[in-house]
Amino acid sequence: MGMTMTQKILAAHSGLDKVKAGDLIEARLDLVLGNDITSPVAINVMSGMDVKDVFDKDKIALVMDHFIPNKDIKSAEHCKCVREFARKHDITNYFDVGQMGIEHALLPEKGLVVAGNVVIGADSHTCTYGALGAFSTGVGSTDMAAGMATGKAWFKVPSALKIVLKNKPAEWISGKDVILHLIGKIGVDGALYKSLEFVGDGIKHLSIDDRFSISNMAIEAGAKNGIFPVDDIAAQYMKEHSDKEYTVYEADEDAVYDETIEIDLSTLKPTVSFPHLPENTKTIDNVGEIKIDQAVIGSCTNGHITDLRIAAQILKGKKVAKDVRCIIIPATQEIYLQAIKEGLAEIFITAGAVMSTPTCGPCLGGYMGILAAGERCISTTNRNFVGRMGHVDSEVYLSSPAVAAASAVTGFITDPASL
Amino acid sequence: MKAHGNVFKYKDNVDTDVIIPARYLNSSKAEELALHCMEDIDKYFVKNVKKGDIMVAGKNFGCGSSREHAPIAIKASGISCVIAETFARIFYRNAINIGLAIIECPDAAKEIEAGDEVEVDFDSGIIYDITKDKKYQGQAFPEFMQKIIKAEGLVNYINTSAS
Ligand code: SF4
Repeated sequence: MGMTMTQKILAAHSGLDKVKAGDLIEARLDLVLGNDITSPVAINVMSGMDVKDVFDKDKIALVMDHFIPNKDIKSAEHCKCVREFARKHDITNYFDVGQMGIEHALLPEKGLVVAGNVVIGADSHTCTYGALGAFSTGVGSTDMAAGMATGKAWFKVPSALKIVLKNKPAEWISGKDVILHLIGKIGVDGALYKSLEFVGDGIKHLSIDDRFSISNMAIEAGAKNGIFPVDDIAAQYMKEHSDKEYTVYEADEDAVYDETIEIDLSTLKPTVSFPHLPENTKTIDNVGEIKIDQAVIGSCTNGHITDLRIAAQILKGKKVAKDVRCIIIPATQEIYLQAIKEGLAEIFITAGAVMSTPTCGPCLGGYMGILAAGERCISTTNRNFVGRMGHVDSEVYLSSPAVAAASAVTGFITDPASL
Repeated sequence: MKAHGNVFKYKDNVDTDVIIPARYLNSSKAEELALHCMEDIDKYFVKNVKKGDIMVAGKNFGCGSSREHAPIAIKASGISCVIAETFARIFYRNAINIGLAIIECPDAAKEIEAGDEVEVDFDSGIIYDITKDKKYQGQAFPEFMQKIIKAEGLVNYINTSAS
């Protein structure tokens, strides 16, 4: 019985020739990640361990991104706690105001994650790096603390769903539409405890940013990770961003999958998730008349440069509707700078949108775009739970950057093709 | 070891944002988090919960963010055990790692009702609904995890295996 791509990476990191679904293993970690919300808890937990130092100061990444530049005194205290810890342990990859970005866009950009790695992060969207052929998954702060102290983590080896992506995506179809479509199909627990392994000829038509969006939302289907094979596009990205050696793992021909699901990318339509679960999807032709108060374009899902380019393509020469607040947030400093150089910033500001410094901000209802009772937001973020972006009586609709930008222009959830 | 208390019952897909809303995440103190536990779906939970009480829910309990604040808030509110049809995987790890007892048992999760008096035996995995006089066999923990739970969490587990 063969192994899936994920199982092969896990086996190699546990010193085992073979693992199978359900095995409990202890794996060696290539990187341990934390942010300004989860690291203070982990640091506190680690202080209770009989361990003096971190396992490897080069293999820990601490990214201040959720509430920074700090929104209040409590968040400032949190960042201070992490900053002091980073200084004390001489953590190489500590990112604060000026260098930071949203963690899941930042780590690949800085070349800290490459194919074949095993990465844990105290943030659920750590699964994003599957786009590069790494096994990465979200854990809690105690796991993070144990990871920082020992360089290891326990895992239950997952089984997998094989997702076959076929053909060239239709116009306006992005990675976000692919993953929303899949979640709509299998549900928010459709891949619970499992890997999503993407294969198929459609992958070559998806940019690395599209793949980041797809792997990013694997967790919204309950999955442990969402992983892509390493092709020329992924290899090129790693060459441009990292000098780390990487290892390419491929699923065995006789690997066992719980289920195989085919998605024909050429037939997809722009997809929107209605409140209050990512699985409540409708295609754009079925959304009806939904008036919005705010549009958010950004987050670890869709704050990449290609996302901003698409938004700019739509907003160029147009105006944000009178009653809509349009908030655009590049995911990292580098993307921010690139957006300025390419003239995207000017397009956004001329259109009446605001462009902010990188931050998670509104995505988790932190700050920079909180919704009042009864308000509706179209957002390129990844969660639309009750109260996610503000008041419990507000609503979040998830979409691609193209749909969000088109909706900002009309004031209603809109098909970009109709503009 | 046993848990014994009255049941608070919730539906499928209880997410970490309702267990502890992000607006309170600028604190990591257990007692402070407990004050806001479940408040977006159950305003009365914090007022009514007593030490030892049991939470019962449907599928995919604890989905959403990786915030360990969620099981911490539940544990600090006094809940001694969560029974669900299934748990979201990060919540599952987190709960074990901080020593909050959780048991997957679809039948018990479906049939037990709010207010029932329930007893859970952690060693055998048996869930006993005293009000309805009905027993269920819950999923027992694999040995590896039992060790972590017995050590009352991963921290002590690491400390004892390091020494
Ligand atoms: S952008 Fe949103 S989903 Fe991504 S890490 Fe930040 S809060 Fe989490």
